[in-house]
Amino acid sequence: MSTDRKGQVYWIVGAVIIMAYALIPVAWIISLSFKAGDDINNQRFLPTDWSWENYRIVFQSDLFTSALRNSIGISLIATAISVVLAMFAAYAVARLDFPGKKLLLSLALAITIFPIIAIATPLFNLWRTVGLYDTWLGLIIPYLSFSLPLSVYVLSAFFREIPWEMEQAAQVDGATPLQAFRKVIVPLAAPGVFTAAILTFFAIWNDFIFGITLTSSEAARPVPAALAFFSGASQFSQPTAPIAAASVIVTIPVVILVLLFQQKIVAGLTNGAVKG
Amino acid sequence: MSTTVPAAAGEVREEAARGGGGRDVDRRPRMTDRARKERNLGWLLAGPAFIVMLAVTAYPIANAVWYSLFDFRLTDPDGRSFVGLGNYGLILSDPLFWRQFGVTAGITVVTVAVEFVLGFALALVMHRALFLRKSVRTAILVPYGIITVVSAYAWQYAFTPAYGFVNPLFGTDLNWFGDTLPSLFVICLSEIWKTTPFMSLLLLAGLAQIPSTYIEAAKVDGATAWQRFRKVIVPNMKGAIMVALLFRTLDAFRIFDNVFVMTQGANGTETLSFLAYRQTITRVMIGLGSAVSVILAILVVLIAFLFIKGFKVNLAEQRGGS
Repeated sequence: MSTDRKGQVYWIVGAVIIMAYALIPVAWIISLSFKAGDDINNQRFLPTDWSWENYRIVFQSDLFTSALRNSIGISLIATAISVVLAMFAAYAVARLDFPGKKLLLSLALAITIFPIIAIATPLFNLWRTVGLYDTWLGLIIPYLSFSLPLSVYVLSAFFREIPWEMEQAAQVDGATPLQAFRKVIVPLAAPGVFTAAILTFFAIWNDFIFGITLTSSEAARPVPAALAFFSGASQFSQPTAPIAAASVIVTIPVVILVLLFQQKIVAGLTNGAVKG
Repeated sequence: MSTTVPAAAGEVREEAARGGGGRDVDRRPRMTDRARKERNLGWLLAGPAFIVMLAVTAYPIANAVWYSLFDFRLTDPDGRSFVGLGNYGLILSDPLFWRQFGVTAGITVVTVAVEFVLGFALALVMHRALFLRKSVRTAILVPYGIITVVSAYAWQYAFTPAYGFVNPLFGTDLNWFGDTLPSLFVICLSEIWKTTPFMSLLLLAGLAQIPSTYIEAAKVDGATAWQRFRKVIVPNMKGAIMVALLFRTLDAFRIFDNVFVMTQGANGTETLSFLAYRQTITRVMIGLGSAVSVILAILVVLIAFLFIKGFKVNLAEQRGGS
């Protein structure tokens, strides 16, 4: 089987190339974030002097710190609500037979393929009328609508693989369908719920269009939107390196989640989209 | 809040149904009662999600369609007048719109084609590499999870002549953001880098579903690696391929973030999503902008329809079958 071992060498080379492909742009933005002063213009990959200067600038900027606060708060709240709502809906989709199930899934699919920009414009008008423009709630509501299809897909895929005989057994033993759901299914479904939460969080954390169209100030502007409007420490300095530092900071939560839950994320993505 | 309400209501309903059922047991077959309870529970559980999904989409869509029929500028609300399909005529007869359509379609075709080839290679490596498999999956999830705006900055800065490392590396002094094609090239690179992992994971799931005996049998029959790929692997994962292509195509056609960050639509890099944004949010031409949004939505639905009909992608089957 020496050909197989030789084959493995090629696959390993391929694996190393893929890792380089995935990580070099990240390494570049990290390296850029440590360049201070004229070092930014050194046109090299690495800085000549490593400096924390840009991180200091970024954390002194109200625009960035408030954006970070907004992003974390809004993303967590929206993710939590979205996943709870999706949990109930996905249970119904995976387990129960009721008229309108097709309608629900069709609506979810329609939202998935609909261009967000087409919603953002009328929502911009509506939010200005009802006073939700530039507020947390004004972002949380559309985030819910647009993340629900994803969480419903991912969760119903997971729910289909749960051993349902256990639920029936609980019902035979006298539990109501709701009790069976709460006491038997929830513990079994917890890993799937968790995966859905991570994917939903990524999707919301990444949003840009709602962020720039539905906010105008530090009151609610989330990180991606703030990054695009970041102007540096003073109007005279180039914002490049501070933007790089801010980019690194907002990438840290993503990297941590990926490192901790690699397997769950892969399973969730592939189940939800292909099998679910 | 709203999530606890239906659960509690469900419990009350169950109790009532149970109590009622106990008194006159033989009134009707038990299954009907059960089916009715199931239906009620189904709607109680799915209802909140359904309402939330509909709430922020139905009204804005209707609103956009309505406003698209008016000549309406936010700064001049009194000058609002009904123009019927005038906005659509204006847009569709504007050569600039067709140019932007071309740019959007071009970005879509190029990125999806490259992502498909690259994504397939990635999926094959992840499927076959025994060592480093976990590290590779972790590594490619970083671009997947990263904020698109961050990806856009990383690529933009790498190619910016003043401080990027790319130009010295290749010994060129090309101003990448000075002309249409080089700008689009960098925009596509960022888009491809960020979204290929998603494509490859979908393809990997398809690959994993092919029984290894199929491939072994082909090998025994003397099929070359390319033949195995063409005749065994691809036909057996057609569903996964089509879903990956469909979702990425729809996504790429709506490209916005990369364009916004890198060029702001300058040098003829404006895409349809960006046009809709600029008309409504920047120029507050609500009527015209809404019409652009509606056209974009129709185009996206059309693409989805062509995929589903043309390539016989059965989404219901993909979604429904476990």
